[in-house]
Amino acid sequence: MDVPFWNREIETADRSRLETIQLERLRETLSWALKTPFYQKQLRQAKISSADDIRSLADLRKIPFTTKDDLRLNFPRGLLAVDMKDVVRIHSSSGTTGIPTVIYYSKEDINNWADLMARSIFATGASSADVFQNMMTYGMFTGGLGMHYGAERVGMAVIPIGGGNTKRQIKTMKDFRTTVVHVTPSYLLHVHTKLEEFDIKREELALKKAFTGAEPHSEDVRKKIEQLWNIDAYNSYGLSELNGPGVAFECVYKNDMHLWEDGYIVEIIDPDTGEPVRDGDSGEVVLTNLIRRATPMLRYRTRDLAYLHTDPCPCGRTHRRLSRIMGRTDDMLIINGINLFPSQIEEVVMRIPEVATNYIIQVEKRGDLDHLTVKVEIYPKLFLGDPSQLEALKGRITEELRSAIILHPSVELHEPNSLPVSEGKAKRVIDLRPKE
Amino acid sequence: MKLTQISVFLENRKGRLYDVCSLLGKTGINIRALTIAETESFGVLRIVVDKSDLAIQTLRKNNFVANLTDVVAIEVGDKPGGLAEILRVFADNDVNVEYMYGFVEKFSDNALLVFRFEDTDRAAKILADKGVKVVTRREIEGL
Repeated sequence: MDVPFWNREIETADRSRLETIQLERLRETLSWALKTPFYQKQLRQAKISSADDIRSLADLRKIPFTTKDDLRLNFPRGLLAVDMKDVVRIHSSSGTTGIPTVIYYSKEDINNWADLMARSIFATGASSADVFQNMMTYGMFTGGLGMHYGAERVGMAVIPIGGGNTKRQIKTMKDFRTTVVHVTPSYLLHVHTKLEEFDIKREELALKKAFTGAEPHSEDVRKKIEQLWNIDAYNSYGLSELNGPGVAFECVYKNDMHLWEDGYIVEIIDPDTGEPVRDGDSGEVVLTNLIRRATPMLRYRTRDLAYLHTDPCPCGRTHRRLSRIMGRTDDMLIINGINLFPSQIEEVVMRIPEVATNYIIQVEKRGDLDHLTVKVEIYPKLFLGDPSQLEALKGRITEELRSAIILHPSVELHEPNSLPVSEGKAKRVIDLRPKE
Repeated sequence: MKLTQISVFLENRKGRLYDVCSLLGKTGINIRALTIAETESFGVLRIVVDKSDLAIQTLRKNNFVANLTDVVAIEVGDKPGGLAEILRVFADNDVNVEYMYGFVEKFSDNALLVFRFEDTDRAAKILADKGVKVVTRREIEGL
């Protein structure tokens, strides 16, 4: 098989060379981190006051973990390591409990990120000859812009169409002879079901490859996508705390994702003890960002569960491969590629006086897409006996949820004490999607 | 003049209407008039009963979401144009009807209809002025 390299020297560097790069960059990152109020405090407690306290990669474990809560509690500037005049990009995620998280990027940070992204794209065999339709959401979400910059660096013809509007997606694929798309797996399946409706045949499209990401999916879903569309689908992994997409990406062999170890240090830990698991065992993915100065990120607990392959990949790359994400250690849901914490919904519904204290979040598949239903109990004293009042209430809850969580849920009104409560503790989330 | 209507919120669940009716039946409450306002995902049952105080207490004690609304019950000639005659009185006097529904039974040759007005007091006064026969609370209780 033809194996293309963006940077053969780094991608095939032996372990000791990679580790030398990692240690050097870790020490640099640590000095940047020490410029931020959050890490000053965090590292002082761990008795780390300068890069000299990190002498080998084994010393990494002296550094405390960083969690999403740390990012929230230190919003908006607690992890900012450079002057604002050196910041060229700000990405922010919506708040899970009212407080968002933010990541700043310097010009160099964006450059480093785009380079890893370009490396990822190139590893799949895509090139400047391709027409690339980026069907991922742009804006504050890193999936859209992150991939965009990498694709431009590769020299692809980039169509920044963003997510949604299926008819336009299909028409665009046809008009511009799109060969590669970046999309959530569920949406790509959904688009296929619409081809007939819009009277477009698969043969009229030039599609060859899909980069799938933003939501965990199984090998079966990949096979389904590949068979239905007659394309190759490549899995990808990333999160904004670690820049965004391009942390790990599949190569032409499609046997799980090379994690770019000159850009990130990966650890797999036991989420309960924080200790490393045995080589090849699954656990929580912990990542240190080695290539971002404006918002350094040391030992970030991703809450994603996965494992690292121990066997080499036939492509010759030495960067280890991360498995598909097998689950989460927290209650985060991923719905059509959008991350959602139940607390975000709670915050909205509890703000509405006509809603009583119990609610249920239900997720199911409708066709190929995820559908979210929020069931709330109404507060009896505020019921005026009028159905139009209840319809208005339902509309208000839907609208407030939509603006808070981006997703468009169905809202159901229920009688007080009618929603199931298990073992005294309310079970808020019912996920009816088939387990992969 | 005014009667009490009970509105009960019904979530979209099998047997919920039965639950209300069976509870009222066991408590010895008789439903005089009833209608259901439905949407795709829930319904609101509206009833006029013989013992409204007892009914609302019982419903609330059993965790139903229920509320009281003032309505007026009117006797309407059970003949062609009977309803139109009454509605003309409202139209002429600028009285807005929010909704209306029929009784299960009647106690004369006339039909009985429940009306919910935008402004109940004003509607009741106009009805009295025009000499329209309305059903009293006592009549409902003894029907």
